[in-house]
Amino acid sequence: MRMKRSLAMLTGATVMLSLAACGDAGSDEESGGGPDVEVAENAADEFDDGTRMKELAESGDITIGVKYDQPGIGFKGATDDMPQGFDPEMGKILAADLGIAPEDINWKETISDNREPFLQSGEVDLVIASYSITDDRRKVVGQAGPYYVTGQQLLVRKDSDIETLDDVKGTEVCSVTGSTSLANIEEAGAKPRGFDTYSECVDQVLSGTVDAMTTDGAILLGYAAEHPDELKVVVEPFSEERYGIGYSKDHPEMCEWINGVLEESFENGSWEDAFQSTLGEAGVETPETPELDPCQ
Amino acid sequence: MEAVSSDFDLVLKAFWLTVQLLVLSGIASLVFGTVLGAMRVGPVAVLRKAASLYVSIIRNTPLLIVFVFVFIAAPKLDWFIGTPFVIKGVVALTVYTSAFVCEAVRSGVNSVPVGQAEAARSIGMTFGQSMQQVILPQSFRAVVPPLASVLIALAKNTSVAAAFGLMEATARMRSFTNDNADQRMEIFLAFALGYIIIVEVMSAGAITLERRWRTAR
Repeated sequence: MRMKRSLAMLTGATVMLSLAACGDAGSDEESGGGPDVEVAENAADEFDDGTRMKELAESGDITIGVKYDQPGIGFKGATDDMPQGFDPEMGKILAADLGIAPEDINWKETISDNREPFLQSGEVDLVIASYSITDDRRKVVGQAGPYYVTGQQLLVRKDSDIETLDDVKGTEVCSVTGSTSLANIEEAGAKPRGFDTYSECVDQVLSGTVDAMTTDGAILLGYAAEHPDELKVVVEPFSEERYGIGYSKDHPEMCEWINGVLEESFENGSWEDAFQSTLGEAGVETPETPELDPCQ
Repeated sequence: MEAVSSDFDLVLKAFWLTVQLLVLSGIASLVFGTVLGAMRVGPVAVLRKAASLYVSIIRNTPLLIVFVFVFIAAPKLDWFIGTPFVIKGVVALTVYTSAFVCEAVRSGVNSVPVGQAEAARSIGMTFGQSMQQVILPQSFRAVVPPLASVLIALAKNTSVAAAFGLMEATARMRSFTNDNADQRMEIFLAFALGYIIIVEVMSAGAITLERRWRTAR
């Protein structure tokens, strides 16, 4: 009897949690959208023996870490089968080069905190998760790219007085706990308010508990597009975030491969297609293709 | 280690907020929890029922859900819009911890023999007087060890606030590890040490109280 009661309580809690999870999912789009990618045939023959790419192509199995809570970049609603956004599209392009079809990719949610540990432990093969290239990160993992360059901006309510970066002094600005954006805005003189996800942070802006939200402009434009009557994006980008593709330092040969695939996607237009079908939908103009860093 | 030592003022500031959350919500939940405990053992049936309903609802709710309610759900109902974040954190922690304080106090009251209460009532004391002057002073003694556990749990529970706009120790730790991916382990250990110090100070305080009140018996 006692056992049964605790079991019932547990079920109740699970139901509550899953209801809560449904609550903030915000996507009604069909899953698995985006442009088609051309899957390479006999891809394993293309790579030298002993390389990680050969292993992946032969096993036909790849795990890619992406964000699940950034509309336009990497987002997975509670009922979606596959994450959507620019990052997953880039993942599909890379996997296709290994001869792995989009539906055979194992997606794994990575949050800002666990991207390096996941790469180091081999939990994921690649991290494509709005992963800014920094020197500190390059000490522990490899980062190829950048495949996209964006900058930090502010998302405010339509009636807000915040117009320049100076206006944020003394105001409360939210972002994700522990993120670089939050550190930057703290330096600009705002009171940092960290939340677990971007959607919770947007809620705070909408209800007026904080004055603004800050992170990369591309993400903010996605949210502004969802609430065009209530929110707007202000301030010229005040930082440069260069999104890279993370790989393990155990497999340095992956860098040349990733850069090669990126270069090819810049040239044959698949990069542009990926962008327009994701961030482009949210009203972001397709930028110039970025200059890739040489592999060390 | 240099990441922690070069920005040590930020670490101290973060732990200061942790301590503020702990002390403010600790005091508030001791007061509110004791009132609830008195209601649960009191003679008024309505209050007894109300307090026990409160305890069973809150004790069966995860702390995270309480935080989500105060920080995410309540603003949608136009509550707590202008309230400072620290106060909201204290409210969430107090709502949760009071239920546990209440149960600790109740167990303490129950440890005082019924004869004591009967004697107090028979010399004409009201319920309030007998509680204040006879029962509670004796039950506080029995209540120190379980209350210390509740407060130590509270000290660690303050870390939930990291995901709700409060730059306390855990939130600061996460910003440090984000900036210094190569010093993850050292940063983690440094912040864990901070929590250990806080908890050790608290348990030392509890042991002192226990000793002092034992000799008074």
